Order: sequence, then C-alpha cells, then structure tokens
Amino acid sequence: MDMKSIYLLVPLAPLAGAVIAGLFCRVIPRWVAHTATILGVAIAFALSCVIFKDVMAGNTFNGTVYQWMTTGDYKFQVGFLIDQLTVTMMLVVTFVSLMVHIYTIGYMQEDPGYNRFFSYISLFTFSMLMLVMSNNFMQLFFGWEAVGLVSYLLIGFWYTRPTAIFANMKAFLVNRVGDFGFILGIGLVLAHFGTLDYNIVFDKAKSFADVTIPLFGAGSSVSLMTATCILLFIGAMGKSAQVPLHVWLPDSMEGPTPISALIHAATMVTAGIFMVARMSPLFELSDTALSFVIVIGAITALFMGFLGIIQNDIKRVVAYSTLSQLGYMTVALGASAYSVAIFHLMTHAFFKALLFLGAGSVIIGMHHDQDIRNMGGLRKYMPITWITSLIGSLALIGTPFFAGFYSKDSIIEAVQLSHIPGSGFAYFAVLAGVFITAFYSFRMYFLVFHGEERFGKAHDTHGHDAHAKHDDHAASDDHAAHGDDHHGADEVHEEHHGLAPGQKPHETPWVVTLPLVMLAIPSVIIGYIGIEPMLFGDYFKDAIFVNAEAHPVMEELHHHFHGAVAMALHSVTTAVFWLAFSGVALSWFFYIKRPDIPAAIKARVEPIYTLLENKYYFDKFNDVVFAGGARLLGKGLWKGGDVAVIDGLIVNGSTRLVGWIATVVRFFQSGHIYHYAFTMIIGVFVLLTLWVGRV
Amino acid sequence: MSGTPLLSLAIWVPILAGFTVLATGSDRNAPLARMLALLGAVVGLLVTIPLYTGFDLTTPAMQFVELAQWIPRFNINYHLGVDGISMLFVILNSFITVIVVLAGWQVITSKVAQYNAAFLIMSGLLNGIFCALDGMLFYVFFEASLIPLFLIIGVWGGDNRVYAAFKFFLFTLAGSLLFLIAQLYLFVQSGGSFSILDWQQLPLTLTAQKWLFLAFLVAFAVKVPMWPVHTWLPDAHVQAPTGGSIVLAAIALKLGAYGFLRFSLPIAPDASHELAGLVVALSLIAIVYIGFVALAQEDMKKLVAYSSIAHMGFVTLGFFMFSAIGIEGALVQMVSHGFVSGAMFFSIGVMYDRVHSRQIADYGGVVNKMPKFAAFFMLFGMANAGLPATSGFVGEFMIILGAVKFNFWVAFAAASTMIVGAAYTLWMYKRVVFGSVGNHHVAEMTDINGREFLILTLLAIGTMVMGVYPLPFTDVMHSSVNELLRHVAVSKIQ
Repeated sequence: MDMKSIYLLVPLAPLAGAVIAGLFCRVIPRWVAHTATILGVAIAFALSCVIFKDVMAGNTFNGTVYQWMTTGDYKFQVGFLIDQLTVTMMLVVTFVSLMVHIYTIGYMQEDPGYNRFFSYISLFTFSMLMLVMSNNFMQLFFGWEAVGLVSYLLIGFWYTRPTAIFANMKAFLVNRVGDFGFILGIGLVLAHFGTLDYNIVFDKAKSFADVTIPLFGAGSSVSLMTATCILLFIGAMGKSAQVPLHVWLPDSMEGPTPISALIHAATMVTAGIFMVARMSPLFELSDTALSFVIVIGAITALFMGFLGIIQNDIKRVVAYSTLSQLGYMTVALGASAYSVAIFHLMTHAFFKALLFLGAGSVIIGMHHDQDIRNMGGLRKYMPITWITSLIGSLALIGTPFFAGFYSKDSIIEAVQLSHIPGSGFAYFAVLAGVFITAFYSFRMYFLVFHGEERFGKAHDTHGHDAHAKHDDHAASDDHAAHGDDHHGADEVHEEHHGLAPGQKPHETPWVVTLPLVMLAIPSVIIGYIGIEPMLFGDYFKDAIFVNAEAHPVMEELHHHFHGAVAMALHSVTTAVFWLAFSGVALSWFFYIKRPDIPAAIKARVEPIYTLLENKYYFDKFNDVVFAGGARLLGKGLWKGGDVAVIDGLIVNGSTRLVGWIATVVRFFQSGHIYHYAFTMIIGVFVLLTLWVGRV
Repeated sequence: MSGTPLLSLAIWVPILAGFTVLATGSDRNAPLARMLALLGAVVGLLVTIPLYTGFDLTTPAMQFVELAQWIPRFNINYHLGVDGISMLFVILNSFITVIVVLAGWQVITSKVAQYNAAFLIMSGLLNGIFCALDGMLFYVFFEASLIPLFLIIGVWGGDNRVYAAFKFFLFTLAGSLLFLIAQLYLFVQSGGSFSILDWQQLPLTLTAQKWLFLAFLVAFAVKVPMWPVHTWLPDAHVQAPTGGSIVLAAIALKLGAYGFLRFSLPIAPDASHELAGLVVALSLIAIVYIGFVALAQEDMKKLVAYSSIAHMGFVTLGFFMFSAIGIEGALVQMVSHGFVSGAMFFSIGVMYDRVHSRQIADYGGVVNKMPKFAAFFMLFGMANAGLPATSGFVGEFMIILGAVKFNFWVAFAAASTMIVGAAYTLWMYKRVVFGSVGNHHVAEMTDINGREFLILTLLAIGTMVMGVYPLPFTDVMHSSVNELLRHVAVSKIQ
C-alpha cells in the first residue's frame, strides 16, 4: 500500500465507522456499533503511527485528493499536507479518540442513545483529522465547521434537557461569531494571494509583509498581514474559547463526559492553537497581531483560572482549567513560541483527557452526582481513579518531571524572554496562573478523594440549587417554551439521583479504568521525552516558521536549556515551582486542615465572590445585549418595517388609495347638474387666475 | 440524439402529461391521476438528463437550439436554447416536479387531478422560461406560469389564501408590466427583433440602458424577491400548500434572478455597472434586515420564507460583483437553495400534516416521536445555515470570498449571515425538535413513512453531493459565465 492510500485511509476509517453506527443505529446491536467505530479509530491510530515513522524518516507530503471546485482563476481542492506538525496532531487525536471510544463502552452503558453516540464521536474524529491534515484554507474551514457541528450534536446529546439544548445552541452560535472573522480572514487571503493553498500562500507571504490595504476608507492604511492574522485569530478565539468568546465552553459540560474529554479538552478546542501554529509564516509578519494574541491569551489564562476556584461541579472545575490552559497555549503563540504551544497542546491533551475521564469515572461511581461538595474520601473506594487523577492533577499544575511541567515551564520562560508588546502583562498572568491552577486543581482533588466522606447523605438541596440556576438560564432564552422547560427539568432531577444513604461509591469497570491508565502514562513521561526534540531539536523542521531575527525567543530559550533532568532539578529554585507548591499547600490547609476557612473568606469578600459566581457577567451581558437585542431588532424590523410600513402603508395603503380615489371620482359623477356646474365654475376660476397671473 | 428536440420535450412532456391528468376528471379516479402525474414527472425528468450528459463544456453559445417561426408578422419565434447558466435549472425544475408530485401523494385528497395537472403544467411553463431565447416567448411563459401557482395557492391554500393569492399575483403582474414595456422598446430599437440574443448585442445610450435596467429591476426584484418588494412571499408561502411552497421557493424565486443574468446584465451592461451599488445595497439589506426579521418569526413557514429572501440576497449580491466567483457562487446558491428550501418546506409540511399547525410554539420535542425525521431536518437545517459538506455552504462561501475582493465591508455585512442564519435556524430547531414532548399533539406524532423517507432522501442526496463535490455543477457554468463577464465588461454606448 502506498503512502497516499494510507493518508486517505486515516480519516476514512473513522468515517466508515461513523456511517455504519449512524445510518443503522436503530437496527444494529450495540456491539456492532462500538466494534465498528473502535476498529475504525484503531486503524486510524495505527496508520498514524506508520505515517509518523515515515515522516520522521523525512518523507513529507503535500498533494491533492480531489478537485473540489474551480471558478474563474481560483481552484479549490481537498488535499493533504502531511508534515511533522500534522502527524503530531494526528497521533494525539487518534490516540485520545481511541481511549475515549473504549471508555464510552462503560460510560454510556445504560444510555438508549449508545449507537448514536459512537457514530458522533467517530464522525468527530473524521472531521478533526480532515482539519489537521488539510493543505488549504477551504478544507480547514470545512473541518473547522464540521467539528463544530459534531460538538453541537454532542453537547445536546441528551436533547430533552433544557440546559443541554440551550448550551449546544450557544456553543454553535458563539463559534459562528468566531467563524465570521475566520471566513473574512480567508477571504483576504484569497483576494490577495489568489489561492487558498498553504504552500503557495506561505511562500508568497514574505512579499506581502509591507502591503497595506485601505480598510477604513481611502485615506487609511492597515497592514494586510495584521488584518488577515487578527481575523483568522478571531476564528481561533471561538474554537479555542478565548475571552470574550469563551462563554460556550463551561456550558458545553452539559454533554456526556467522554466528549468533554475528547472534544472540549483534548482536541477540538485546540484546533485554534493548531491553526495559528500552522499559519506561523503569516503571524510572524505582524507584531501587532502577535500582541493581540498574547494579550487575549493572557486574559484567558488568568481570569478563567479564578473562576475555577469557586466551581462545585466537578466537570466545570476541569472546564475552567481547560480554558486557562488554552490561554497558556495562546500566550505561547503570541510569544512566537509555536512549538512550545503545540508541545503544551500535546501534553495537555493527555493529562486533561485523563482528568476529564477520571471525573467521569467519579461521576459513575457517585451515580451521576457531580457536586464535589457531596464527595470526599473516594480514594478508598476508587483506587485506580484516585491514582490516575492524582497523576493528572500533578501534571496539570506543573510538578517537575511530569508532562505538564516541561510544557508549561517552557511557556513561562518563553513569555519572559519575549519582547512583544503585552508580554509583560502576559508574564504576570501566566505566573499568577500557576498558583491559581495549583489551588483549584488540588481543591478539587482534596474535596473528591480526601477528607470527610460526605456522600450518601440527603444532599438534594445542592443539586436542586444548581439545576434551578441552569433552568433560569434556559428559560430566559425562550419564553415560549417556559412550561416545557420545567417539564424537562423534572426528568433531569431524576437522572441525577446520586448515592442513596448508606450506599458507597464503587470502582468503575475495566473499560473505564484502562483508558485512565493508558492516558496516565503519557501524562507522566511525554514531557520528559518530548521537550528536547520538539522544542530545541529539529522535530518540526519547516512545519513551523519563526522569524528568528525579530522574535529570537526560541533561540534564547535554547541557551537556557541544559537537558530535561537539569530543567526539572533547576526548577526547584524558581518562583514557578514555589507558586505551584504554595497553591497546593493552601488548598490542603483550606479544604483538609481547616474546612471552615473558605466559608469565612467567602463571607468577607462577598462582592468578588458574586462577580466570580456570575462569571464576570459575560453570560448576562450576552443574553441581554446580543440575544435580547437581536430578537428585539428582529421584532422591530418585522412589525415596524415589513408589517407597518411596507405592507401597511405602501401595499395595503395603495389599495386603499385606489379605493379613496374611486370614492372621490364617484363624487364627481353624482348625476346632479349643480355638482357639474359648480365644478365648471371652479375650473374656470382657476384657469382665469393662472392666466391673469401669467400676464 | 442530436436531432431530438430535447428542450421542447422538457417543456411539452409535463404540459401534455398535465392535460392527460386533468382528463381523468373527478376524485373517483384519484389513484390513476396520481400514477399518471408521477409518470409524467419522471419522464419529464428523464428527458432533461441528456441536457447534462450531452452538454458541451467548451462553448459559451446556446446549445440544443430550436428555432421555428411563431408569429411571423411581429417576428416572434419559437426559439429555444440553453447555456451553462440556464441548463441546470431545467433539470432542477424537472427534479422538483417529481418531488412535488410525491409530496402531495397522500396529502391532497380533493381535486387530485387538477392539483397534479397544475403542477405539471407549471413545470413545463417554468422550463419554457429557462429555455426561451425569444423575448415574447419568454414573456408568455413568464406570465403563464403565474396562473397555475395562483390557482394552487388560491384553491388548495390555507384560510387566508385569497388575500395571499391576489397579493402574489398583483405584485408580480405589476412588475412584469414594466418588463413588457421594456421589451417593446427593445423591439423597436432593434428594428423589429424579439431575439434576446440580438438585444444583447444592441448598442444603447446610457440613459436608455438605465431606464431598461430599472424596468427589469422592478420586474425581477419582485420575483426574487428583493427588499422592499418581498412582502408577498411570506404570505404566499404561509397560505400555499406544501407542494406550492416547494415550487415557489425552489424554482419560482429563481426566475427573477435568472432574468438579471439573461436581460439586465447583458442588455444594459453600462447601466448595470452604474447602478450596481443600488442592487448591492438592496441585497445587503435583504441579507441583514431579513435575517433579523426571520429571527422574530413564530410561524415556521414564515421563518423559512424570510430565510429564502435572505439567501436570495446572496444571489443578487453575487451577480453584481462582476466576478466569476460571484456569479458562479450565485448560480450555485440558486441550485442549492432549490434543494434546501424545498426540503425545509417539505419538512414543515410533514409536521403540519400531523399536527395541523405551523406555529413554533405548538411543537417541542418532536425528536422523541420522530427520530428519523429529526435527523433529516437537522441536515437541512444545517444546510440552511450554510454548513460545509452541504450545498448551502458552497454558494455562501464563494460569494463571501468573492465579496472580500469586491469590497471588504460588503463581505463583512454579508458574512453576518453566518451568525444570524445559524441563529434563526437552530433556534427554531431547538424549540420545535429538541426538548421533552411539548403537548399531546406532539405525543401523537408518528415518524415519517416510506414516501416521506424517499423524498427526504432524494433531497438529502442532492444537498450532500453538491456540498461535497460541487465541481460537476460549476464546470458547466464556466464558459457561459466567462463569456457573460467578457460581454458585460465591454461598453455598449456608441
């Protein structure tokens, strides 16, 4: 089999699985659905390994699969670009996807939508592979939207839950705001480069470095590269959930946990990071765009971390940590440390998928209770979940020798070395983020696995509180369906029963724990293995372009690097390590030693707490201004424009006018002689006046 | 095959089939009428297939030309021919006719023969419009096609059908009177020719071109429909039976757009350039303004009707950017809209047949009772929102990309449909399909039957194929579109 067929088979194998499980989801037994899809993804993973070996041997590929469309001088095709960056993403995507597929067998065991779920996640794998393997902007956009669609379908997987179907629509629409910028960026590329092929665009990019376009009228001139890159990055902000387009990600936790791990942590949300790294030849030409990137990333990294502190839903804590980590990756992009961003993307994919799947395992053990205040002491009952979650948390907070340490520390150092405007703020943000990450990660860890066993008690009030809040949210979206929402909400409560009094949590079956173990391994070692080749070796070769003269961050970083072991040992003398350590220590003190303190603090800083509780009021603002404003505008234009003016005044008005003229004319044809005589006299009078006036 | 008058067949097969169906008479023979109608529609589709397979991609000239004298005294000819601009619409129309006959199969139970006859005759007349190369022949088909649609709305429509039918009729008739005057002017100017191809070569002063352009604009804008002469469309859709809505959206709206390419641009190229700003502005209003109006709709058919107007805004925008990507994007959008809007109206019809309401508020949780239907409806909803891998994406993508080169802020306004279009479609889908079962009407709904499954599958195949592989659709357009652009670039003022 030649390499080209292998490339083709990688996305097609999961697609075949998705089609089998999807089209026949109502007739085939469950084992067929999961066997077909797992087989498809397993083939994709195995072939990705083959391709990896081939690429490492120096064989990259750039070619067309089929001509999609031609028009005028433009040619659009579906094609693959297989290089080091692509194959890295392919490995991450197929491996995590395979783990999630296996895990799903256990997690979705009792769900009536079992086959449908497998179909969706395989379809997602296909779409994501098409996205990363693309060799042109058109197919990139294609995959970009397709992963968004699957994400939409999966967030709303439990379609009777009002919160879920609100969240999925919100996710889709917020992503569309990003895509709005994205497609305009692609449009600028096509308009100025005349093609959407990566290779040609990247080759020509240098000659466009000083081109300006009169974007705001004839007098103004905006750098073409700045405009293009910022517009493309707006797309990335939607998909990779950067402030202010981050609002959909926490709500996406309404979806089943396996997809939170696969889509909303490991792969899809990193598509934006991947895209910017892929576009590095363009972004390198605009310092303004890089500044924009680094500032947005820094805001996301810091402020989303704060929100993680006050969450009580186990999945939402992990979701906010994902947001914060995506901010870290974005900061790395802004500092021109693209390879570091991809490196962190990879390590994060493993440990964050692990944390999510671990959280899912806890949720199964707790019988679908997700409130960490109802947990505690689970380590005794769920040992594998406990150990693997601990590994994931240690990796997340950047414990030396763990995967997350190498990638995150490199980001922090890179930002420190960067001279891009905004890097000072970014450095502060990522540094403070270390402490916050450590604090909320271990807050969750301690509350779940250590301390007092709080489960099996009457805890209904918590659950109902949480749900009531969500219901308000959904209801405000949609007044018409208000009654239905409550109907739906009842069912939700039934699903979230949690543990009955006296019941104990239990360890989950092997299909769930095996993926945990399989993900825990790279969460420990991948950083140690990967840092030297990926960051300082020639792993990426030409796949990532850095203008070393203008942005010498990576070179300077290389000077400071003296091997993976030395880096870990040296870290003990840095502020980063002690920040993380004090975060862990503080959370231990707060949640194990003196559990009364958090409540006291909460009472003291009520306004800040309220601000965080309301997520900085982003949701409320969007709800009122954008959602409400759009509906109001629509109603206004409809009732005011179409109904009142066009139809009322002009259309029906003209029929009325015809009627009125008829009435008036009828008046003149009354048949009474004195009417005619009177009219004639007036006529003569008018004519005389005019005649006299003329003289 | 070369000697076969394919275009005449495309026109007269459905019309003759229509009269045959009519001859079956009363509803006692309804099953026979249905079978004959289906036979006529399928044969009508089959005779158009050679138009694609035998199409010469290399020439911009008219193909499959037929020419015969009709009224020699006024030099009016029976002159037919198709090029890369019109050919796809003949096939699309014949395809939609099959869909429409199937769509009314179990639903229409009174005046079955007349109903099917009206659609078949209309199908032939619509094909006539796309094939006519003689101005007067075009006009006859153009006006005659109003009558069946008027009857379909007026006889088989909803409660307020008479108002809607008259509004539809008067709007379009008012527009086409100016069109007639323009034609007579051209007849005189050209020294007594009704050939559209002659008119396209006719030198004209800028003033004359402007008047002609405006006359055409009024006639075609009503048909498209463009803002602000669009208000007949939501009323007509709401009152029309499902089949009527499908033809109206899938084919009838394309007539106006087609008119721009056949008349406005080539006959008045200088005025087209001069007044392009006006059309672009109206198109953007249609996209943005109507998008928001669609968001506020509570009636599903009105919502899709407004979304049709917004989508047609893309078509007129694409035309007046004077670039290949714009015009071909607009043509792709027209074909795609045929599949997608047809499917959307059919889907709404499927639900209406069960619950007898078009109000969004009367639904909720349809997926619980109709999972197969919900999957199809999701596909078409996504196509309506322009998602890649569906036909809805291709045209919008091309036009937005083309617009960036034309003018960034035009593209900016047009691209807003990415958000608004998704918002009104998905919000409707959420309220209608997702959620728990809303009321006892929904609880009694049954999933789609074999006939409905077949129709939705046919439309889904069209939507998906065009989304994944649009090349076969755009390939046939290139020669004609490039020739049109070359023609429009040359001034006619002498």
